[in-house]
Amino acid sequence: MSMPFYVAPEQMMKDKADYARKGIARGRSLAALVCEEGILICAENPSNTLHKVAEIYDRIGFAGVGRFNEFDQLRIAGVRHADLKGFSYSREDVEARSLANAYAQMLGQIFTHEMKPLEVEILVAEVAMARTEDQLYHLLYDGTVVDERRYVALGGDADSVAERIEAGWSDELTVTDALRLATSALAGPDRTLTGDDLEVAVLERDGARRCFRRYTYAEVDAVLAGATSPPTANEV
Amino acid sequence: MFRAEDDPGPSFAALMARAGVQPPVPSPVAGGHGLDITHGTTVVAVRYADGVVMAGDRRATSGNLISHRDMEKVYAADRHSGVAIAGAAGPAMEMVRLFQLQLEHYEKVEGQALSLEGKANQLSVMIRGNLPMAMQGLVVVPLFAGYDLRRGLGRLFQYDVTGGRYEETNYAATGSGSLFAATVVKMGYRPELSANDAIDLVLSALFQAADEDSATGGPDPIRGIYPIVATISAAGFDRQTTESISARFASLLGRMSTESGGWATVTS
Repeated sequence: MSMPFYVAPEQMMKDKADYARKGIARGRSLAALVCEEGILICAENPSNTLHKVAEIYDRIGFAGVGRFNEFDQLRIAGVRHADLKGFSYSREDVEARSLANAYAQMLGQIFTHEMKPLEVEILVAEVAMARTEDQLYHLLYDGTVVDERRYVALGGDADSVAERIEAGWSDELTVTDALRLATSALAGPDRTLTGDDLEVAVLERDGARRCFRRYTYAEVDAVLAGATSPPTANEV
Repeated sequence: MFRAEDDPGPSFAALMARAGVQPPVPSPVAGGHGLDITHGTTVVAVRYADGVVMAGDRRATSGNLISHRDMEKVYAADRHSGVAIAGAAGPAMEMVRLFQLQLEHYEKVEGQALSLEGKANQLSVMIRGNLPMAMQGLVVVPLFAGYDLRRGLGRLFQYDVTGGRYEETNYAATGSGSLFAATVVKMGYRPELSANDAIDLVLSALFQAADEDSATGGPDPIRGIYPIVATISAAGFDRQTTESISARFASLLGRMSTESGGWATVTS
């Protein structure tokens, strides 16, 4: 009888983590910032049909980096979790925290039990009536949950994006300031990004029941060109 | 996450079945006809130049008693469509809740809203699912109307208890006072009505229905309860304010009493 090779658990976890990190590093980054009008989520995304940023529930948004098919599966699982919970109890009972925990379970389970870990990092954001109560949860490929207060950057380049956001940060950011800051932080010193390269959505603080709203390329370009009033059309 | 072969796709009903969450519908019991089930009554929809107007009275009855004076029977199904209910109130409201959720769930999972046709078919399936209950007396017959963004026009649909779906070109009404309401609309209907004229027409229709049918509620100025009216156009579902409806009623009633001493129908 042949014996399987022994691999130390430490080594196995490290290999999986390295594998996942490499996969994530290949994709582009995204950032989410808490601002006056809500939570701005800005992703570098050359596709205009395959979304990285999406609506989960009334006040909850989702964003993912890494392998598209994997975080899109997670997105759909989140929509299902939220809609089932809202139907079984009430719409008010659907919260980002419980969703983040559900995601952490899924990711942790897959990381430890499956051959291949998910090569994704995801963001769960919930907008509140006051900016101090907004919630941002950053979930890693192994199920680690990090609770952020002001802004968060995801993706291979996350550390340097976060540094650039910190450098430009102010507690009085409006949504247009936040969009310009996120764009320059994602671009870095050597590149310029335009509306075409970005996918932008806002969870609007005083919006209607469904707070999630996408910005069109034209709206993003107008803000990047210096417009100070946020787009107002009410379309998702 | 589901395995590919048993993934429920964008259907919320299929998801509930997979997750073991059953919609809370009471199981049919024999002899249920004797119960005084709460019923919602008259709703009406009329096509106008930019879309569709939907309206419903506010009364719910249990047998010969009025069980609610301010029931809502006209709901936004999503941004560009609405549903108005008549029949057994409990199952009807649950059906609306599930229908709204189904449309939103589809839109979020797929990243794109269903076509208007798709929404109308979806409701048809839900009504057909209610058929065993309907046979026990819990009949639900809604109206569905919306703005078809792909075709650029307002459309409206009527249903029967078996889920039969009938698209109407100009107007539709359902519920106990619908014969009267539909007749008033029929007499006053013109193609390309303005939004204001269409709203006046449905208010007049509901007034006349309430005048003839005891289960349909008329305007109640003492408590400030008026029919719910919504326009659905390219701009979306827009529910009219109570103030604007009460002002319209006041002028409608004023015209009726001055022009004919209250005896003739003023339609618009």
